[in-house]
Formats: sequence, C-alpha cells, structure tokens
Amino acid sequence: MSAEKKQNRQKETLIKVLKYIRPYGLLMTLTILMAVISVVLTLYLPVLTGNAVDWLILIADPSALDVSSPWPRLFSILQKMGIVILFTALSQWIMNVCNNKIVYSVIQDIRKKAFRRLEELPLKYLDDHSHGDIVSRVVADVDQFADGLLIGFTQLFTGVITILGTLGFMLSVNVGITIVVVVITPVSLFVASFIASKTYSMFKLQSETRGEQTALINEMIGNQKVVQSFNRESQALEKFDEINGRLEKYSLRAIFFSSLTNPCTRFVNSLVYTGVGLTGALAALRGALSVGQLTCFLSYANQYTKPFNEISGVITELQNALACAARIFELIEEEPQVPDQTDAVTLKDVQGKVSLCDVSFSYTPDKKLIENLNLDVKPGQRIAIVGPTGCGKTTIINLLMRFYDVDQGRIIVDGNNIKNITRRSLRTSYGMVLQDTWLKRGTIRDNIIVGKPDATDEEIIQAAKASHAHSFIRRLPNGYDTVIGEDGGSLSGGQKQLLCITRVMLSLPPMLILDEATSSIDTRTEIRIQKAFALMMEGRTSFIVAHRLSTIQNADVILVMKDGHIIEQGNHQELIAKNGFYAKLYNSQFAIA
Amino acid sequence: MKKLLIYLSAYKKESVLGPLFKLLEASFELIVPLVVASMIDVGIVSNDKGYIVRMCLIMTALGLIGLVCSVTAQYFAAKAAVGFASRLRHGLFSHIQSLSFSQMDKEGTSTLITRMTSDINQVQSGVNLVLRLFLRSPFIVFGAMIMAFTVDVKAALIFVVVIPILSVIVFGIMLISIPMFKKVQGGLDKVLGITRENLTGVRVIRAFGEEEHEIQKFDRETDALKRLQMTAGRISALMNPLTYVVINAGLMALIYVGALRVEAGILSQGQVVALVNYMSQILVELVKLANLIITVTKAVACGNRIQSIFEIPPGMDAPSRISEDSSKKASSVKDETGTVEFNHVSLRYHKGGEQALTDIHFKAGKGDTIGVIGGTGSGKSSLVNLIPRFYDVEQGYVRVDGRDVREYPLAMLRDKIGVVMQKAVLFQGTIRENLLWGNENATDEELWEAIKAAQAEEFVLQKRDKLDEMIAQEGRNLSGGQKQRLSIARALVKKPEILILDDSSSALDYATDAALRRSIKELPGETTVFIVSQRASSMLHADLIIVLDDGNVAGMGTHEELLKNCEVYQEIYYSQFEKKEGAAQ
Repeated sequence: MSAEKKQNRQKETLIKVLKYIRPYGLLMTLTILMAVISVVLTLYLPVLTGNAVDWLILIADPSALDVSSPWPRLFSILQKMGIVILFTALSQWIMNVCNNKIVYSVIQDIRKKAFRRLEELPLKYLDDHSHGDIVSRVVADVDQFADGLLIGFTQLFTGVITILGTLGFMLSVNVGITIVVVVITPVSLFVASFIASKTYSMFKLQSETRGEQTALINEMIGNQKVVQSFNRESQALEKFDEINGRLEKYSLRAIFFSSLTNPCTRFVNSLVYTGVGLTGALAALRGALSVGQLTCFLSYANQYTKPFNEISGVITELQNALACAARIFELIEEEPQVPDQTDAVTLKDVQGKVSLCDVSFSYTPDKKLIENLNLDVKPGQRIAIVGPTGCGKTTIINLLMRFYDVDQGRIIVDGNNIKNITRRSLRTSYGMVLQDTWLKRGTIRDNIIVGKPDATDEEIIQAAKASHAHSFIRRLPNGYDTVIGEDGGSLSGGQKQLLCITRVMLSLPPMLILDEATSSIDTRTEIRIQKAFALMMEGRTSFIVAHRLSTIQNADVILVMKDGHIIEQGNHQELIAKNGFYAKLYNSQFAIA
Repeated sequence: MKKLLIYLSAYKKESVLGPLFKLLEASFELIVPLVVASMIDVGIVSNDKGYIVRMCLIMTALGLIGLVCSVTAQYFAAKAAVGFASRLRHGLFSHIQSLSFSQMDKEGTSTLITRMTSDINQVQSGVNLVLRLFLRSPFIVFGAMIMAFTVDVKAALIFVVVIPILSVIVFGIMLISIPMFKKVQGGLDKVLGITRENLTGVRVIRAFGEEEHEIQKFDRETDALKRLQMTAGRISALMNPLTYVVINAGLMALIYVGALRVEAGILSQGQVVALVNYMSQILVELVKLANLIITVTKAVACGNRIQSIFEIPPGMDAPSRISEDSSKKASSVKDETGTVEFNHVSLRYHKGGEQALTDIHFKAGKGDTIGVIGGTGSGKSSLVNLIPRFYDVEQGYVRVDGRDVREYPLAMLRDKIGVVMQKAVLFQGTIRENLLWGNENATDEELWEAIKAAQAEEFVLQKRDKLDEMIAQEGRNLSGGQKQRLSIARALVKKPEILILDDSSSALDYATDAALRRSIKELPGETTVFIVSQRASSMLHADLIIVLDDGNVAGMGTHEELLKNCEVYQEIYYSQFEKKEGAAQ
C-alpha cells in the first residue's frame, strides 16, 4: 500500500518534471536524435571491426579467395570506420551540450519559481518551517536533482537505446547466441536489486546516525564558548565519540554491502561474456559464424551488459533525484498568501487613522491569543504597547503589517479594511524597526536606501546623522561604501540597529512601528535617537513596543497587554494613578536590590 | 589534504590490501583477452571443442577469482575510508574545541560545522573511491599496454602513442574544468546567500515592498550560475567524444598494422583480436576514470578546507599544571582566594585593529560585587571575558586568586568561575542534564537551590516533568527569559568563587531582575560577582562600579561617588531615571 503510494507520488513528480522540460522540447528532440545516432554508430563500429578482422584471414592466406588483393577492401573498411568514429564523437558532443543546456535551464526555472514562491508565501509558513530546511530545498535539493537529471539523460537514454540497438544487431548476426546473452543478463539486474533492497535499511540507519551527529556538532560547535567556559570539552568529545563509533559501524556496513553490487554484476557479466565465447566458438567450429563476427559479438556482449550495470545505478540516482524534486515541488506548490484583490485600493496620502474592531487571532487554533481586541487610533497619535513577554505585543504588529491575517474582526486604515488595500501600499506606509535587525550583504549605502532607492547622498547622510549612525559609518574603512557581510558581519548589535533606524529615517513613511527598536543601543545614544524619533513621530501615527518604560512615558495612549488582552489603557499619568499592572511594572523598574 | 593522511595511517594494512586486491582482480581481467585469443587461434583453428570448453572454464574461474578479490578489496577500502573519516572527525572535533575564542570569532561557527559534516563526508567517499578505483584505472590502462607488448612489440607501439595523448586530454580537461567547478560552487554560494537572506529578512523585505527587487536579484544570480555551469559543462562534455576518437583511431591503426603483421606471418588473427580487446578495455576504464575525477577533485577541495582548520594552532598556551615556582610565590602571600586583579590591562582583538580595552586597572576583593556599565561597544563584555581567559591581554595582566591567569591550566581556572553569557544557550537534554553542566555531582537539592536563586523555580515547577523536562535543541521550547534564568542557574550550580553575569538578565523584566540580584547577594559563601549591564539599576549597590567608554575607564567608584563626579555615569543614570524620581530610595 505505502509502496504503491510512493510509486504514485514518484509518478506525479515525474509528470511535473516533464512539464518543466516541455519548453525545451526542440532541444530534447535533438538530444534524443543525437543519442540514437551515436548509439547506432557506436554499435555499428564493432561490425566494421569484425569485417576488418575477417579480411585479416584473407591477407594471411590470399589463396583462400579469388579476390586479387584484400588491401583495397580493408582500406575502404578503415575509411568507413573513420567516418563512423567522427560522427559518433560529434553526435556525442552535441548530445552532451544539449543535455547540459536542458538540465541547467530546467533547474534554473525551478529555482526561480521556488524563490518567487518564497516571496509570496504567507509568513506563517516561513515562521513555522526551519529556514535551514527551506534553504536546503532551494539550493541542495535542486542541485541534487540536476545531477540526477543529467545522469538520467546521458546514461538512461543511451543505456536503453544501447540495449535495444545491441539486441537488434546481435539478432541480425546470430539468433542463438543472442538468446544466450538475453537469458543470462537479467541475472545481474536481479542481483543488483537484491543487494539494493538489503542495503536500504543500512543506509537509513547510517543517515539517521549522521543526523544525530550533525545535531550534536551543531549544538556543541555552535556554542563552543559555553562548552569551554564550563570545561565540558572532554564530555562533549565523549558523547561525540559514542555517536561517531556507531556511525563508523553503520557506515562500514552500508558502504561495504552496497559496494557489492558492482563486483557481483560484473561477475554475471563475465559469465555472459564466457557464454558468448563458448557458444560463439562452437558456432564458429560449425562454420555458422566467422571469427570476425565472434569478435563483434564479444564486444556486443560487453556493451549490452554495461548499460544494465549503469541503469541499476542510474535508477537509484533518479529515485533520489525525484525525491529531491518532490521536496522542491512541495515548496513551489505551497499555498501562497491570498493575492491582493483585483480592486484593492492603493493607499495614498495616508492620514494615519487606524482602528482594530473585534480582532481575534491565534497562531494555532488550540491556543487562543488575541480575543476581541478593539482599538481606535487617531491620526498622529503615539501608541505604546507594553506587557510581559509572550503577551501578544509583536503579534499586533504582525497583524497591522498584515504579515498575518486576522481570524475575526477587521483592521481599518484610513477607512479601508486592510484586506482591501494592496499589501505593498499598506506596508510601505509603515516605517518599521524591529528588535531583530536585518541587514543584507552589500554596502552600507545599499542597506540604507532599501526604502528609497533614488535617495541622494545628502539625504542619506542627513538620515544617518539623525539616527546617530553617521559618526560610526564615517569611521568605517570605506565609509558609506563599506561592504558588510551577511547579516551585518562585524557590526555590533547596536550599530546594526542604528542602520535599521537610518533606513526608516530616510524613507520617512507616514506611519511608524518601532518594536524594541533601540534594545541593543546604550541608553545615552538611545536618548539622542529618541529625540530624532520624537521629531519623526510628529504628525505620524506610531506604534511603539518597548521594555524600557522610560521610552514610552510620552505616548498618547499606553496599551498594557497581558495574555492577548488589553488590560489597561491610558496615558502614563492615568495609569500610574490607577495603580494597576502598569504601575507595578513601572515601579519594579526602579526596585532596588 | 596531505596532512590529513596521517589519519589513514592506522589503516595502513587496509589501505594497502584494498588496492592490492583490486589490482589482482584487474590482472585477471587482463588475462581474459589472451584466453579468448588462444580460443580462436588454437580452439577454432584446430577444431578442438575440448580446448574451447576448457578455455571457457578458465574464463569462468578467472571471473570467480576476480569476484572474490574485488569483494575483499571493497571491504578493505570501505573499512579504511570509514575508519579514516571517523578518526578525522574525532580529530577535528577535538581540535575545534581547543581553539580560542578569537580564532572561533574569526572562522565563524557555521563554516566549522560544514567542515565537520559535509566536507568530511566528501573526503570519506573520495578516499573510498581512490582506494577502490583510482589505482585500478591507470593499472588497466598501462597493464593493457604491457599485455599488448607481450603480444607484439611493434603493434604495441601504437599504445605508446595513444596513451600519452589520452592522458593529455584527460588531465587537460581536468585542469581547465576544476577552476570552473570552483566558480560554480561560488555561484551556488551566492544563490544560497540570497535565499537565506530573504528568509531571515522576510519581514523587512515585505515591509519595504521589496519582493520584486529581490526576485530580480535572485534571477540575476541564477542566470550567472547557469552560465557558469554551462561553460564548465561544455568543457567536460568534450572528454568522452575526444577520448572516443583517439582510442578508435588507435584501433584503426591497430587493424592496419595488424594486417601488415598478419601478412608478414608474424601475428595470428586471434592475436589481433586480443590487441583490439585491450584497446577497448582502455576505453571502458577511461570513461570510469572521467566520472571518478570529479568526485576526487571535490574530495581534495574539501580535504583542503578541513586541513586549513587543522592548520590553526590550538588556541592558547596554558600549562598543564601550576608550576611549583608560581605556587610557592602565591602561597607566600596572604590568601587571595576570590580576588580578581586587573593590572594596567589592554586588549586588542586583531593585530592592527583598535584597542578594545585600554589601561584597565582595579582589584576586586573576595565577596565584592563589581558593576560594569557603559554604552554599546564600550568593552564591557571584553573586560569580563578576560577573567576566564577567553581572550589574552595585550599588555598588563589579569590575576585570579593572586595568580596570573596564564599560569593556570585552563580547566582549573574556568572551574573557579561561573559565566552567564549574553546569549542564553541551553542544550538538548533534560533540565537536570543541563544544570549538571555546572557540577556533575550536584544533588537534586543543590539543583533546586540554584533554580530558586535564579528565579526559575516557578516555571520549572509548572513543567510536567520538573527537572526531567526535556529541553529541545537550542532551548527552542523555552522563552528567552526562561532560558536566561536556567543558564544562570547552571552557573550557580557550579558554586563558583567568581560569578560573571554578562548582561544576562536582559530578557527579564525589572522585578525579576531585582529579585535575582537579591538572591545572588544572599548566596552562601562569599562569591565575587561581576554584573555587566546597561541598566544602572542593576548595580546601584555594587561595591565598585566601573564605567567604560570606548574601552577606557571613564570612572570608577560607588554609585554615590560616580553620580557626583563621573559625567558619563550621570548621563547613563539620568537617561534611565528621571532626575527627581531617580534619586532612588
């Protein structure tokens, strides 16, 4: 049942792969044509060799035949051979080049499609799935798939054609010997599949152990500093060795048993070869076969069995490739976010009136988070959200930006339900600075102008000055043109955050979202940035999430959240006067040890 | 790559026997054409059925012996390769553990991890293949040539011409395509980089509506990758057709020369067939070799990457035990247990870079609480990292218990010190297992004490399995604050003489933070505590507060003193407390 399912899945994947190949139909026809030509010519060559060998007898004993001189005949055969050889090589080369082109184009198409899908997937998918896994689908799996596809094209094709072609040629020369070959060969396939089925479980054990080891390496090497500070090196090594020992044992078994395939099938092949030799020689004795034909047969026996060996390897390779392809298709076929409605509004001249009406939301259905949340924000108001970890502060931002869709209720910006606004215009209306800074590989400038690609140098510097990033950028080796590595490379957490703030200072969107925007910045700099923020927030609706209560005291409205509910609402003075949860939080900040 | 081979030395026997048996098998394979030749020349010509059958039996026997040899060879090769990889992994793992913090900063952990995993796997399959096949192919090529010489010297000269041409083609294409494959690998790295960047930055990218832009960038990179792959592919696509032409040209020459020799009565027809067979054997081997070469070049590249890690000398020189000389010196002075002394210390992470710390000079007594405060990048963490000798000073010295940290064996030094780092890290395993890192022999009672002190009791009690609750890898099933508290508890289990809290309560709210500090203060025994923080409230009552600014000491003293005369401290303090409210109790 499950084997059948697996097969069905493979079939489905194969059909999908073929769809990607279809645009290259012309190349595909060409490569098949070339495969046929090269195989036929390759097979024809032994016939010519055989003929030539037969002429050798005549050279040795010219009297045997009444041909005046065998030499011209021999030369004409050699000439034919030359032409055949050249054409074989040429068609092989064209085939190889076509295959390359098809395979690399196909996988590029797939990769592009996968990446495009990545940009459209709902955040829920990306938050729920390990990024490492997604990356490995887009990169490693596609690569593995390419390898398999290439081998499939070059070897499976030619292999099958070779088998068919050889059979035809052999039949045309001698039926009896052909039957000997056909009967013995499947034995090698049988042996190969027998070994493969036995080794499968060993390979599985190996890859499981390998996974276990990788996890340990990830943990220990990834946190080497902690390991060292607790003097746990020897224990870590002990644990590592234990897994390493197991891995060694399983690997040895898996590799040894799987490597039996080759010698075993080769042994079967040598049986085929001997069989051909025996029956052929006996037939020659009877005069049913010339020596030349025997030579030709022997070389066919070799060529006929070889593809069987390869095909058994190619099939595992292809299965692996299909498994990889299935993983990529899984990603490509993942439901994308609901597309913008065709009549979606593009936000323009945003006033900044935001209301949340009866909003309910949860990440998982069985764990309620936000329920019946109501909030009215007037244009230009400053809203601070405070509360203990996990109370749903960041979730509100996810909803405002429409990274996630609400389960119930509506969020309305300037009178439009955000579901009726284009995502792009909604999101670019907000300037967002998050606690988790993100910088891309590129220059400092590239990173600052993300929101405003056509910014002039003066604008950039002005923004950097406002965010107090200018002074450290200036001190970098190449100033604004300094290239920073992946995820900010050598910059400190605070510097990265300053750059993210600069980004927003430059694009100056009509509304702001600051989620712990200054958490990694020291308080002195923070005070200065706060001033810049205050200037920027003037007239802009802003949402601020912060731990430090000092940063939110000046907000128009403070929302105190706990377990997905707003439990208190008001400005600083009101809330302190109320002497509730907020007052407690506030006072704890100044509690003395 | 070469230096890695010492890990193979334990498998000398296997590494020799594997190829040896392989060669044995190949030799038997080389005899087959001779048997066929005599079958034709003797059997068919003299019409001897019995001879033909005997020859066929010989061929079967040869095949059987070949099978046995080959299986033996596979076993030895697999054993050597797997054993080699396993020893290599062990060696690399323990080498990486000996690296110092600055070396790890430089290399980056993610590359270290790839080298431990995928690179070693590549090398393993490379070694396996080399032992199994790499010797075999040249052996067959040259063996076929030598056998040809035994048949007929003159005809064999054709082999002498063909083989060098083939080698030039094979190695030429290899030499051209290896750098190309490296470029392809680089292109792939870029594609990987963009993909990863887009996943981590998905919120920012979408917030700025940059999806289309990123897609274009990705398309550009994949296009570039495709071009690289096609160029590399086009070159290696030449390999088979070219070798095919050369070998078959040799075959034609063989037939021609063979015909001349047959005419002269020197060669028999069967012998010519044997020569032709040898030529085809070479072709078959070359095709195999070409496929192998890619795997082997990959393995060598990976081997070199691994070797470059081994070439990093182990981190720090530390004595294996305290020298008597220094212990005499130390014992002559009064008991200095629990003291930490910085003597005009400066630190520089990279040669030629900026100084991270300049002229730090202070002494902490047993049981003191030392606060370290300052802005982002002011050197707070650098300062405390010198105490467990995570980095070495550039000038001056750091003394723990009255002795220079460089005189201790690292393990002994670090046993005295409990460090809680900025980033809370827990490991897969139960809560108990994690806490036992601090002290393997701690009783449950001691663990609970530490948990209580770290303000973690409430949530640990809430867990279904209490101490036996499983923590997922990287502590994914705990919140940031919970992880921080458990990592503090882990350090407390150690009952260290010196406790370092490096901004380790950032995820805790102020109330919990305050309670934590109170309970640490009340710990039995006089623990010397270093608190690194940006919060002035965390260190109001410290015995000594060190204010850092850009790696320099901007002020040192108690809270009251600093508030009076340290400008930087005042600025920090008042940025967190409003003036009137802030003059705390």
